[in-house]
Parts: sequence; structure tokens; C-alpha cells
Amino acid sequence: MKNFFTKIFKKKAPIEEIKKVPSAPLIQTTPLSDDQLKTVSYEVVQMNPPQFLIGCGQSVGIQRDHNEDTLFYLSSILADGVSDIPFGLCVIADGMGGHKNGEIASGVAARTSARTLITKVFAHLLEINPDPMEESLQETIEKTVNDVQKTVIRYAPGGGTTLTLALLMGEQVTIAHVGDSRAYFIYPDGRIQRLTKDHSLVQRMIDLEEITEAEAQNHPQRNVLLKAIGQTDLIRPDLTTHQIPRSGHLMLCSDGLWGVVSETEIYRIVSSEQDPAIACKNMIEIANQYGGPDNISIVLVKFLG
Amino acid sequence: MVLPPDKPGTRQITQSLEGNTGTFLQLGTGTILDKRYQVQDVIGIGGMGSVYRARDLHFPNVIKLVAVKEMINQAPDPVVRQTIVQNFEREANILVTLNHPSIPKIYDFFTQDEKSYLVEEFINGRDLEAILKASPDPIREDQVILWAIELCDVLEFLHTHKPEPIIFRDIKPSNIMINQQNHVILVDFGIAKIFKTGQKGTMIGTEGYSPPEQYRGEATLQTDIYALGATMHHLLTHRDPRLEAPFSFADRPIHQINQAVSEDLEKIVNTALQYNPADRFASATDMKMALFTLAKRTGALPRAAAAGMAIGQQDVKPLWTFECEDEIRGTPTVDGGMIYVGSYDNNIYTLDATKGNFLWKFATKGGIVTKPQVAGGTLYFGSEDNKMYAIQAKTGKAMWDYATSGPIRCSPRIAEGHVFVGSDDGNLYAINQTTYQKSWAIKTEGPVRSTPYLTNDLIYFGSEANELICSDYRGTVKWRYYTKRSVTSSPIEADGIVYFASQDANFYALDAKSGWVIWRFRMGKGSISSPSMQENQLFFGSADNYLYCVDKSSSREFWRFKCDHQVSGSPLVHKDAVYCGTANGSFYCIDSKNGRQRWKFVTGGPITGAAVANNDVIYLGSTDHKIYAFIA
Repeated sequence: MKNFFTKIFKKKAPIEEIKKVPSAPLIQTTPLSDDQLKTVSYEVVQMNPPQFLIGCGQSVGIQRDHNEDTLFYLSSILADGVSDIPFGLCVIADGMGGHKNGEIASGVAARTSARTLITKVFAHLLEINPDPMEESLQETIEKTVNDVQKTVIRYAPGGGTTLTLALLMGEQVTIAHVGDSRAYFIYPDGRIQRLTKDHSLVQRMIDLEEITEAEAQNHPQRNVLLKAIGQTDLIRPDLTTHQIPRSGHLMLCSDGLWGVVSETEIYRIVSSEQDPAIACKNMIEIANQYGGPDNISIVLVKFLG
Repeated sequence: MVLPPDKPGTRQITQSLEGNTGTFLQLGTGTILDKRYQVQDVIGIGGMGSVYRARDLHFPNVIKLVAVKEMINQAPDPVVRQTIVQNFEREANILVTLNHPSIPKIYDFFTQDEKSYLVEEFINGRDLEAILKASPDPIREDQVILWAIELCDVLEFLHTHKPEPIIFRDIKPSNIMINQQNHVILVDFGIAKIFKTGQKGTMIGTEGYSPPEQYRGEATLQTDIYALGATMHHLLTHRDPRLEAPFSFADRPIHQINQAVSEDLEKIVNTALQYNPADRFASATDMKMALFTLAKRTGALPRAAAAGMAIGQQDVKPLWTFECEDEIRGTPTVDGGMIYVGSYDNNIYTLDATKGNFLWKFATKGGIVTKPQVAGGTLYFGSEDNKMYAIQAKTGKAMWDYATSGPIRCSPRIAEGHVFVGSDDGNLYAINQTTYQKSWAIKTEGPVRSTPYLTNDLIYFGSEANELICSDYRGTVKWRYYTKRSVTSSPIEADGIVYFASQDANFYALDAKSGWVIWRFRMGKGSISSPSMQENQLFFGSADNYLYCVDKSSSREFWRFKCDHQVSGSPLVHKDAVYCGTANGSFYCIDSKNGRQRWKFVTGGPITGAAVANNDVIYLGSTDHKIYAFIA
């Protein structure tokens, strides 16, 4: 009987692949020729256990004299054939405040968030007989951000920082976000999906239809944030959970990258380089060629199916 | 981060991170400051230190209480450190010159052990933030009017201050104290952050209460008027603007949240909240006059009736109805132009979907509370006579049945040649469609009433024994997640996350592969309602009378709709509307984008099942024995 079931209930991976394509308006198009198909279809490599590669890059830029960004990542895997749990934690914090407290704030934020999540979540994965988690993952992360806020106020009064972090666990990635650093999914077919919304005055004005996206790019107040760690008395990070794509990338970056290099260029660089660390280096070079007006920090996660 | 050696300040911070928090210790009870103020208690904690209640020992024969504000300056950078001291002194200097009943008196200012202290009048009362927190409901209109008049009065005083007008810049509930005599006192004059254009992130005021121009570094008299409007909006709606996008008050009209607020007051608040400063009240005096006029007219008494939002209750007429002999507790199924519905009179009824004409019925020996399922020309359903039946969908001819040891109150699901159905005997059964035999069963400690959800390789179902179970198609349990009460709600899965409600008043999102909790959403009461989904919106009802709509990736609430009684059935999403019934017999049609009621129809008994849609017709059963058809 068992064999019979195994036969019937074999995995149907290809069907799932088709389902993953996001719904678009129903437009009839002519089928692609074989040649066209070759250019847009990618063979999904099945890795066992499922895992990802992480690389990063950082630069002070051309126009600033010191760095106020902090980045962090950790990548790990625990596989025993029964439950394979890839784990990843990526953090970008972009400090601000003019004085030294800007760089202190970003450092405190990245350290505190990484340390807390490693203790609460990562260490829990390595327990021998773990008790079920009392809190939901999003609650744990929200509390962590609140701790970060208190720590920044204590150790860097007057300073502020953005904080965008991604916790990858199993097949889901949860993103916590305050400020105007960003997280993106970059798919192999060229789509770029922004996962975070800037807490900036210009973004809010775009939402209110006071200005357009194009006007925002050169708006005099484009640097004004509505929310930043250490600057607002009530921090509620945006929290979202997404299914990790089978292939493609997750990218976290500060505005030193996204404010300078277009999404099309980002896609071109990321997709043409196998090693995510080298892709980050190439993106930083382009940003600096364009003037490097601000500190640049990038963490790039490449999913290997 | 590698630190260059020429940054001693930075180093210092890194060191103190290791755990030296001794300098942040609060002063103990009994500590005497400046040989004069004896600390009694901590009454507040700010970013820079604590606020204490202390006794002034210069008055030994009476108890004179004061508030002592502490400022611990730990900033490593000398410029920052100096700015902080300047801000603190600025507050002292402003306060000491002002004389108004709504402004605290200042008595003293001194520095001791590298900390600065400000001694102020002790206000025996609570701030509005604490009052809001303690109140489950919005604040009454007449009370808000009275406080707002006093606030306008003190703003008028500050704005007409000579030689320079004083702009408070930070009106918000936590800066407004209400004393024992129910009078308003404005506290915290400490805002002195200077805005420099081009510099990132400098912010003045409090997000949520501050007007648009304050983000541009401008502060005018209208800045305070806007923040007062924002505070009144918060009091009248109990919705915290810090949790919403800035300048979004227009998206949350007061009457929509609190129908007890008069149109006139809402107009005043809306004028104060205009995006453009020129469209607001020209002065605090003007706003005070508008409030006075309103208070005089109403006697500042709560208005009796709410502005009528009521939409004609029975505007909507069913296309047709059909009456069974007993209650309909379950959900109908539409297939091939026919409607199948179970009744507590033990029969499955089959009706013509267009006219509601009776076609045939099939009798069991128990009530039928489940949703029938059609697959391959066969109709499957469970009955309280313990059996799962398979009959011909066209004719109602009996084919086979399978007996469990308890009533079946779980709707069957069909996949991979098997019928999956739960029973009150505590099992989820996999019954082979060709042999009519059980292939396996998963035993739980309580009845299984939650409909199993089938994916490509896994099955999810809830149990009355407080758990959600994930198994594979061989009947091997992959994981169990324990809730605090039963799980009657039927789970759904999308993008690797399983969603369901529990009687423990939580709505859960679990990682489908591992059972980790990704988020939880708290409802007022437990729920047996199964969720529905449309794009990123999740809909579910609860015994707390609400129909909720939340973001499936973050649990952020898009809207909630208050029904007249508990919502047990699963909401139906059809096009841009959500349909749900309540235990009061009401059936609602709600706009899925904004949560506004489109229409309501009242049936003769509680609605416990869900509605279904087919060809833009909505079908619904009620315990008044009837099945209804409505145009969507």
C-alpha cells in the first residue's frame, strides 16, 4: 500500500513552477518561438539541501568623507535529510544626524538587531529539544526593533538610522523595515519587485498624488524621512513575510545605491555575475562612476533552488 | 565595523555597550537632590532620563510636591552634548516667563553629578495618552470640546506672546495633562531641534500629529492648530495617527469610526486638519470661537442620535427562496446548474440554480451540517448519522457510504482517488474512492470539524483538541501546532503559509513546511470562521462581531466591519465585495476595498454557514429553514 501511495503522490514540481508566475491581466498573445523561449526560460537547479549564497559590498562613496552605514549578514544551514533549514540574516542600517551619532546609531542598530535575533531565533533552531516559540516570528522581530530603538536613543542620542533587515528561514523571508533603505526581489526574468516602502516625505507625497515619481527624484526634500530609528518616539516597523523565490536574488541596499543606479542596471549587473560579492562590487563601482553622492551598502542573497 | 583610532568618542560607546548601564540607574526613593528635593517615586521615563515626584523639604510643616525632570547627558560628541543642554535650558527659560493656568510653574533649575534637573509644579493627573489607553471607547464629544477650548486658550496665550510668539510645535496627547479638576495643562516645552534643509532625517514634532509643513522645517501658528486637530481626531476616533500614514486623516472620516460625533464638530476638526495651512483656522482664537459657538448650541452635551448612515435594510430582495423542513446550518454547493444543500431535517436537497425549483432530495438518518462536494459526477457529504455518503450528483441514486464512529460535521475534500473527511470520533479519514475502504486515519484527541485543505503534497486540518495538523498523503503527521483553544476554522494555504482562526481569539499564519508562527492577529473573541483570500487580502469573521480584512504578508489591518452579531461562517469574496452572515440572521454585502456596507438583508434565523457565488448569483442558507438567492 505504501508503494502505491508513493507512486500516486509523487511531487509535481513543474506544475508548482507555473503557478508561481504572478497574475497579469488576461491578454491573448502569440506563443513564443523556441528561440524566444530559450532567452526567457531558466533551468531551475534543484539543490539539496536548499541554500543560498550571500555577498556584500560597502563604500563611503565619492562625496562623503566618512561612512555612516553598517551592514551585517549571517548564513547557515542545518540539514539532516528530514527537515533542512537554511537560515540567513541580513541587515542594512544607514545612519544620519550630521555628527558622529549617525554612524554610532547605525552600528548600534545593526549589532543590537543581529545579536537579538541570533539569540532568539537562530539559537532556538539549534536547540536539542526546543520548546515551541512563544511569540510569532513577526512579533519577535517587532520587539527586536523596539529594543534597537531604545538602545539607539541610549547610546546615540540625537542620532538616527534606517533599518532594513531580512530574516530567511526555511522557505520564507520576513522583512522588517524603517526608513529609506530598501529590499528587492530580483527575478531571473528581469522583474524587480520592491519589498519595502520608503518612509520618506517624497514617498508620502507620491502616495497623496502631490508629486510624481519623476519629480521625487530631484525633490529638494527627498532626504527627509518620516520615520527613523532613534528619531521617532513610537517605532512600528513595516513587517512582511514573503515566499523565497526558487531562483533569483534578494537585495538589501542603502539609498547610496538605489538613488543613483537604475533598476534596469541593477538587474543587468546582478544577472550577469555568478558570485553575489562580485556583483555587489560591480554595482558599487557603477554608483561611484555616477558621482557616489552618498555611502553605499549592499547585501545580495542568491537563491540556489 | 572597524573604527579608526582617532575617534575616542565612538570607542567609548562601543565599550559601554558591553553592559555598563550603571549610569542609567534611576534615583532611589529618599534620595535628596540639591539638599532640598526628596525623591518619592518615578512618574515618567523619557529618552534623556526620568521624571520624579519629589517633596520640597524647604516646607517641613506641609507636604509640597514637585516634579523633578532629570537629564542625563551621555552624548559622546561635545556638540551634541551641548545641544542637549541648550534644549533643556531653553525649556526652563521659556517656562519661567510664562504665567497661564494651563502651563506648569517652574521653581528651580540646577546641575548635580553631571546631570541637570528642572523642578516644576507637580500635576496630579494623567496625560491624554494614558486616558486614551485606559478607555476602550473614544472620548465623549462634550468632553473633547471642553478640553479643546482650554487648549485653544493656552495656544492663544502662547501665540500672542510678546516679543516673540511661541509655537509649541509638539501638541499631542502625551504632552497634555488633565489634572484632578479636569483642567488641561500643557507639558514638555523641550522641543528645540533645528531643521536644516538637505540634511537627512531631522525631524521636529511627532509623526502622526505634525502637519506637512513641519516636515519642511516650517513652523507657524497653524502648525499647532493642525496638531490640535490631530489630537482631537485621535480622541474622538481612538485611532492612533502614529500608526497611520502621515496626513491621512481625510481617509479616516470621524463619523465613519464614531457615529456619535456631530457633523459640526467634525467640520471644526477637519478645518484644523487641512493640508494647506492657509485653509485652516487663521488663529487659535478663531478655533476657540467656533468651538464655543458649538458648545453653546449643544450645551456641550452628547448628541442623542448618530448621523444616519443606515442604508435601507430590506432594499435587497432575494431572486427566490426555497424552504426546507428544518434549519440549514451548512453551506450550499453549486455545480452544473444545480444547488446542493444539506438540512437539519436529515435531507440533502437539490434545487434548480436559476429558479430554485425542487428537483430531488436524499434522506440520511441525521442532520446534515456540512458543505457537499461534487467530484466526477458524484456528490459527497457527511451526516450526523456518522456516515459519509457518495451519491450520483444528477439523480441522487445511492452509490456507497462509509461509517465512522461519530457524527460527521466536517466537509469532505477529494483528491488523489480519496475522500478526506473528519469525524467527531477524532479521526481524519482517507477513504479510497474505488475500494470504499479506509486507506488510513489520523487520530486526534478531539472531533475533527475543520475541513481539510489539500495541496500538492500536504494536507492541513484543525481539531477540537486545540491543534492544527499537517500530514502528507501517506497519513504521516509532519507537524502539529498547538493553540490554546479548539480549531474549528478550516485552514487555507497560499505561498507557503497556512492561515486559520482559533477559538483562542487569535488568527494564525504558520510556515506551511515547518509550522513556525509567522504572525498572529488578535481578535476580540474566538473564531470558528474559515478565512477567504483575494490577492493580498485575507477575510475572516469572529465571535467579537467583526469581519476583519488584513494583509496576508504582514497581518496589517486594512479594515474591520462591525456586524450586529457574531460571524461564524466563512466570508465569501466575489468580485469587489465580501458577503457574510451573523448569528442575528443578518446577511451583509461589504465593499472589499474599503469595508463599507453596500447592503444588508435580514433572514429569520442565525446564519452559521457561508454563501456561495455562481454566475453572479449568491446562494445562502439560514436556520430559518430557507435557502436564498441574491443578485451579486
